[in-house]
Amino acid sequence: MSGRYREALERVSAVRGVQGAMLVSASDGLVVADSLMEGVDGRAVAALAASLAGRLGRTTESAGLSAPRVVHLRAERGSLLAVPAADDLLVVAVMRADANVGLARLEMIAAAGEMG
Amino acid sequence: MRTLEPWVAAPLEEFLAESSARLVLLMTSAGQVVAQHGFTRSLDVMAAAALGAGIVASTTEVARVMGAPLFGALVHQGGRQGVFLSAFDTPRGRWIGLVVFGGETTMGLVQLFFDRLAADLAAAAPADAPTGPVLAENFERELNASLHALFGR
Repeated sequence: MSGRYREALERVSAVRGVQGAMLVSASDGLVVADSLMEGVDGRAVAALAASLAGRLGRTTESAGLSAPRVVHLRAERGSLLAVPAADDLLVVAVMRADANVGLARLEMIAAAGEMG
Repeated sequence: MRTLEPWVAAPLEEFLAESSARLVLLMTSAGQVVAQHGFTRSLDVMAAAALGAGIVASTTEVARVMGAPLFGALVHQGGRQGVFLSAFDTPRGRWIGLVVFGGETTMGLVQLFFDRLAADLAAAAPADAPTGPVLAENFERELNASLHALFGR
């Protein structure tokens, strides 16, 4: 993993409650780089998060809205966040319900900005 | 979707629903077709099965020459559609899946749900294995019977 990607992902992963962060190829749904805790199926998360982000992007486009800047999927036991970045990449993070979502979101937006 | 054996239908239906694949061909490593979805002509199925089995045989040999483990999957991604080819073990022997997918899905989703399909087929396969070795003298008869079952004509 390149140093630039690793540092960006580690900053996201260091936020309290974050179980892992990944860079995902948005059009392929494949993992480009990851920093994940054990037990998180990165390949499955990457594929499904990219699909979700792609569909939501098409939905907002159809509604005449701009592309989503952050996708936040909140579940009973945690959340999944995805932030589009340059070069057809997505910054994706999986976090527990008690995670500091606001800080994680800021770190993810900063990480996505560094990809350009 | 058409299958030669009923236990293949449910896992394949689930794969099709989850992956949004356009075409799917399941075959044995000898190129005998087990199930197909999306093909409209038997000629296309025969060609795809022969080519798919040939590619897997070639890459298996390349892996052997390199002293590497078997390749997991081969993906050819084109501008408008991609082809995913992967061999997997079942209680009925080694099978091959050939999947053609378009822009409505992604390579990651196809790969993810194909792995589940392989696991589901391995779990669903009946223990008794009626399939035997393919003999030259009955190959054409079996091929015609398979195509008749898969296309209903």
